[in-house]
Amino acid sequence: MKASTKKPSAVQKKQNFGVYMKRYWQLYVLLFLPMLYLLIFKYVPMIYIQIAFKKYSIVESVWNMPWAGNNGFEYFIKAFNNKDFINALRNTLMLNLLDLVIGFPAPIIFALILNELVFKKFKRVIQTVAYMPHFLSWVIIYGLALQIFAPSSGLVNMVLNNFGIEAIPFLNDSKHWVATYIFLGVWQNFGWGSIVYLAAIAGINSELYEAASVDGCGRFKKMWHITLPGIKPTIVVLLVMNLGNILGSGFDRPFAMQNNLVMDVAEVISTFVYKNGIQGLQFSLTTAVGFFQSVICVIFLLLANWISRRLGERGIW
Amino acid sequence: MIKSKSAKFGDWIFVVICVIVGLICVLPMINLLARSMSSTDALVRREVYLWPKGINFDAYAMVLGDVKYIKAFFWTVFLTVVCTLVSLTMTTLCAYPLIFQDLKGRTTFNIIITITMFFNAGTIPNYLLMKSLNLLNNPLVLIIPASLSVYNMIIMRSFFYGIPDSLRESAEIDGASYFRILWSIYVPLSKPVFATLALFYAVGRWNGYSDALMYMNNKDYYPLQLLLYNILNNINSIEVATQEGFSAPGLSESLKAAIVMFSTVPILCVYPWLQKYFIHGVTMGAVKE
Repeated sequence: MKASTKKPSAVQKKQNFGVYMKRYWQLYVLLFLPMLYLLIFKYVPMIYIQIAFKKYSIVESVWNMPWAGNNGFEYFIKAFNNKDFINALRNTLMLNLLDLVIGFPAPIIFALILNELVFKKFKRVIQTVAYMPHFLSWVIIYGLALQIFAPSSGLVNMVLNNFGIEAIPFLNDSKHWVATYIFLGVWQNFGWGSIVYLAAIAGINSELYEAASVDGCGRFKKMWHITLPGIKPTIVVLLVMNLGNILGSGFDRPFAMQNNLVMDVAEVISTFVYKNGIQGLQFSLTTAVGFFQSVICVIFLLLANWISRRLGERGIW
Repeated sequence: MIKSKSAKFGDWIFVVICVIVGLICVLPMINLLARSMSSTDALVRREVYLWPKGINFDAYAMVLGDVKYIKAFFWTVFLTVVCTLVSLTMTTLCAYPLIFQDLKGRTTFNIIITITMFFNAGTIPNYLLMKSLNLLNNPLVLIIPASLSVYNMIIMRSFFYGIPDSLRESAEIDGASYFRILWSIYVPLSKPVFATLALFYAVGRWNGYSDALMYMNNKDYYPLQLLLYNILNNINSIEVATQEGFSAPGLSESLKAAIVMFSTVPILCVYPWLQKYFIHGVTMGAVKE
């Protein structure tokens, strides 16, 4: 430990490797496990991507499997001729777009509303309550939805009936299922999503608001001309991330909420891969689908980032 | 005068909006609680709104009396505690060395880490990896593969950056090793970020079910959420009906409500106390990368 008594300086960098290691070896020891983890669990799986271009065989190692037909693209062609996959692709796009259009602005609007509250204690209580849904798993949220949206004895339909409206099959009919799916997404995320925007609002110079008041600006004018421009960089960063994920699909939410009656709109790529791959053992086909999805995600992310920088915003890097 | 009066009125409009939003968040939980304590008759007669009718605790007695749930509950608690400890350790091990600007290979490490954030090999390659590592149906598969989240690592690293370098440098002058600087300076000063990330990891493990669904066939190791998923979807309902002597397939609605309640309560008891920490954590993760 003698070496570590020296202060780091530019001179030290020029010293030889041995002295450097004597000083820093501990940091490499600390990094060993995390790097091993990333290597095994994030990089080794990439080796298996070649299955997308090969005929999967259970006896052979990945390297020795025979190449698939059509220059290795057999399974990609098969996927795009597969009606179920096209359906899953369409649903993924549709649900993500709806999430983007309806779910993305919700936390922003909620943050703007919270910012207008003058009672600080009340604001804290509302915040705590609004963060609650984020801590529920999708299985639990689905369990809740089954209970409150139950066709005959559920709370919502009982209230609707009292107003003379017929019961709505919230979870058992394709159209209503999509609406419920999007609504529950908003319900789960609007509070949690608002945290980032609230922090951004807190960073806005308060003199701007005072100056605006002097000029006679009302509440909404201040919101429009000061608050929104103030949080624009945050909005853009999160929008870019969301656009990059337009073809991505989580697994927990759609899988938990699916049922046989709504499969035509509820099957998304991730659940398609699970059912046809892990359950159906069509490894080559589903690896091809997953690889296609990952590549599209990266392309979209780069594209969205490029556009936002073109428009003069910061982007995500 | 008129101006200030109208401003007050505006304030109340926002209060009303917030009350409605708050109710939308809370009412489903209250309804669930009411249903779990109501008699099946009252549920069928459609009398249960927000207050239980025919109050009884039979459903809870059934849940608490069933070895299957109790076992799954304690297994999930154990799993959550172990996962949180392992993940926090891994995250610290990864974040701490990377704050040293003159660490050789730092850029390489950062690139290795960043790539994993944007490119994922996919479900099937991950599944085949678990298979070749002999992790399928092994309880370790619920702990190891999720033991490091790069997003959480970035949050911790930016917290570490906020700790003044001078503290570290004076410790170096006093002859402290890097292990010791981590243990005696960074760990004690980073309680807020540990609290935040512990919450994130714990919630992730408590709420996660897809890894168990994909990699675990042994029912003894099912976490609570997967058990709940199977119950809600009446999977193996015939098996349940014959084993436990139910006349109808599936479980009664109040029992389902009680089970949902039972698997939600632990988290709902914890998160409000950690609010000021996690707000800080979320903000750090998003604002500076």
